[in-house]
Amino acid sequence: MKLKTILKLTSGAFAGLLLATVQSANAFTACQVTDVGGVDDKSFNETAWKGVKDAVAKHGVDSKLLESKDGTDYEPHLNSMVSAGCDIIIAVGFLMGEATQKAAEANPDSKFTIIDFAYDPTVPNILGQIFATDQAAFLAGYVSAGVSKTGIVGTFGGINIPPVTGFMDGFAWGVAHYNKIKGKNVQVLGWDPAAKEGLFTNNFDSLDDGRAFAQNLYDEGADIVMPVAGPVGLGSASLADELGSDKLKIIGVDGDWTTTDPARKDVYLTSVLKNMDVTTLSVIEMAKSGDFSGGLTVGTLENGGVGIAPYHELSSSVSSELASEVEALRKGIISGSIKMN
Amino acid sequence: MKIALKIRQTFSVDKATFLDVFIIPILATSLAITVGLLLLLLSGESYQTALRALISLFVGSFGSVSALSETLTASTPLIFAALGIAIGFRAGLFNIGAEGQIIIGGLAAVIVGFSVELPILLHLTIVLFIGAAFGAGYAFISGWLKAFTGAHEVITTIMLNLIAFRLLDFFLRLPFIQKEGRNDPISKSVLETAELPRLLSFIDPNLRIHAGFLLAVLAVVLVYWIIFHTTIGFEFRTVGTNIHAAKYAGVNSSLAVILAMSAAGLCAGLAGASQISGVLGRATSGFSAGIGFDAIAVALLGRAHPIGVLFSGILFGALVAGGREMQVSAGVSLDLITVIQALIIIFIAAPILIKRIFPWFFPKT
Repeated sequence: MKLKTILKLTSGAFAGLLLATVQSANAFTACQVTDVGGVDDKSFNETAWKGVKDAVAKHGVDSKLLESKDGTDYEPHLNSMVSAGCDIIIAVGFLMGEATQKAAEANPDSKFTIIDFAYDPTVPNILGQIFATDQAAFLAGYVSAGVSKTGIVGTFGGINIPPVTGFMDGFAWGVAHYNKIKGKNVQVLGWDPAAKEGLFTNNFDSLDDGRAFAQNLYDEGADIVMPVAGPVGLGSASLADELGSDKLKIIGVDGDWTTTDPARKDVYLTSVLKNMDVTTLSVIEMAKSGDFSGGLTVGTLENGGVGIAPYHELSSSVSSELASEVEALRKGIISGSIKMN
Repeated sequence: MKIALKIRQTFSVDKATFLDVFIIPILATSLAITVGLLLLLLSGESYQTALRALISLFVGSFGSVSALSETLTASTPLIFAALGIAIGFRAGLFNIGAEGQIIIGGLAAVIVGFSVELPILLHLTIVLFIGAAFGAGYAFISGWLKAFTGAHEVITTIMLNLIAFRLLDFFLRLPFIQKEGRNDPISKSVLETAELPRLLSFIDPNLRIHAGFLLAVLAVVLVYWIIFHTTIGFEFRTVGTNIHAAKYAGVNSSLAVILAMSAAGLCAGLAGASQISGVLGRATSGFSAGIGFDAIAVALLGRAHPIGVLFSGILFGALVAGGREMQVSAGVSLDLITVIQALIIIFIAAPILIKRIFPWFFPKT
């Protein structure tokens, strides 16, 4: 008898708790599935997650998060979010493209948005968010070419996919533009925009690789490196931190690394901003107000979807002349008077 | 204890094996989950969060049809690979190479899966067969090295894993294999005729459980029969217990080592092929997803007994599926699951600890 009473009581408590979980689903819920690298990567996933956190703070929506450990997690994670009754599901990253399409087609009533993937033809319940990061990286490449003392700058990527190589293209073109205008010969190591070949760690999570790749580029003479591999770049930053920023400077990507990684703020010359938080927030707002429709949004320098961060601690190494040239370039790219390649 | 007797009778195991294969793993798992939740509390989470985490761990793994489907889907490759590792353990071999064998088996399977056009059942059979054969062949290298040069299988399998990772990256970029229009390592998709049928898609297309799970159960029975009821199984166990005695008794120990290692690779290759045909449909550079390493834990938890492997495989699958639900509804990081898995291994590796903590389950000696 006694055992039965205890069982009843505990099952009652469990049911109560379950009910509490279910009840919170009545409000609007924004759900994010991150790519590998983790939500605390100070870069790609973290910037996207900030958009959801902003929506929570601004509109009081509920949020749910699932971190992918491997590429094999995408499909079940997205399915979990569908069954959790999410009102908008945010898939972070190009590599989730096919899994998101599959989930969207199997669940036509759910709304999805994906970062870095453009569907052709578009899927009615997926809004793709892509970013003209080459425009912003072009500016970063130009600054780097102007700041570099060795006349050699470097970059490397995570995986050879368009959202990564977009950064590297822009960076290399920016350096080339500097060479053309100034009649200099600053070299770019790690990426050949014509051949679409270069240095890749083939992962988005090994900080050791980030360190080793930056070391290789440094050994080849590069004094500024732009790692385009999410948290992998933090390994490069720790090398720069040990060497000192006069020997090696780092250009952050996705977020402003001076603010996301303040412990090593001295090494960041600037960051190529991909403001996924802003676009993600606006997609959540669209879904909440019922304006959501599938298709594509493109973040550019013009609409503020991409940009470069202030020079912060290293602003003394960027001459005021160089800084104003960069500003002029920015306007030139927006107006279309400057062709990047 | 009545239930215990019934289980023992059903699987016809003696009392010592029963304690070993069922009671110790159950206690170790409960203890690991308890300690994991205590760590959660220590890290500053409220007890409501911890309780909700515990509930969602169960709800997400066994609480609904879709939860059960996810549990069994995740457990399928673990059971296959862990069976292989269990065979290795029985023959005294510590096979760290399941990950590499999964990769090679899966890679071979995906190539046959998209490049050959065959009728439906035949294609699938050949894909699975090729996956198993390549897994076995890859493990054969370690077995041969062990038997004829004495090179330790732990070293050779670890090295072969690293080679498999790079081989996969290399092959996935060959134009013949790489998906059209992509620059990153990703293969073409296998044809529909090479897919393992999904068992419950008539209820809901999101239910991923596929026929591979049935094959895994079949493999459990088969491996059980081989290990305990055939001559070669007896030779494996003899070599595993004492290789010198086995030689003296007339067992061809070199052959036994090579065969055991190849059988282990065969199971791992099947794990890779079933992932490709049943779940993923194509290979990417991380498609093995650490299954080969988790399988070592599964084999340890299952005490290298096929029935134990079946249950511990399902348990690890449940942790994967339940962990997902835990992060979704309790907001607790998936990393807690890794901690719980590690704790299970610690407690399994120290059965004496378990016996001290729960003395009333074990007969006094």
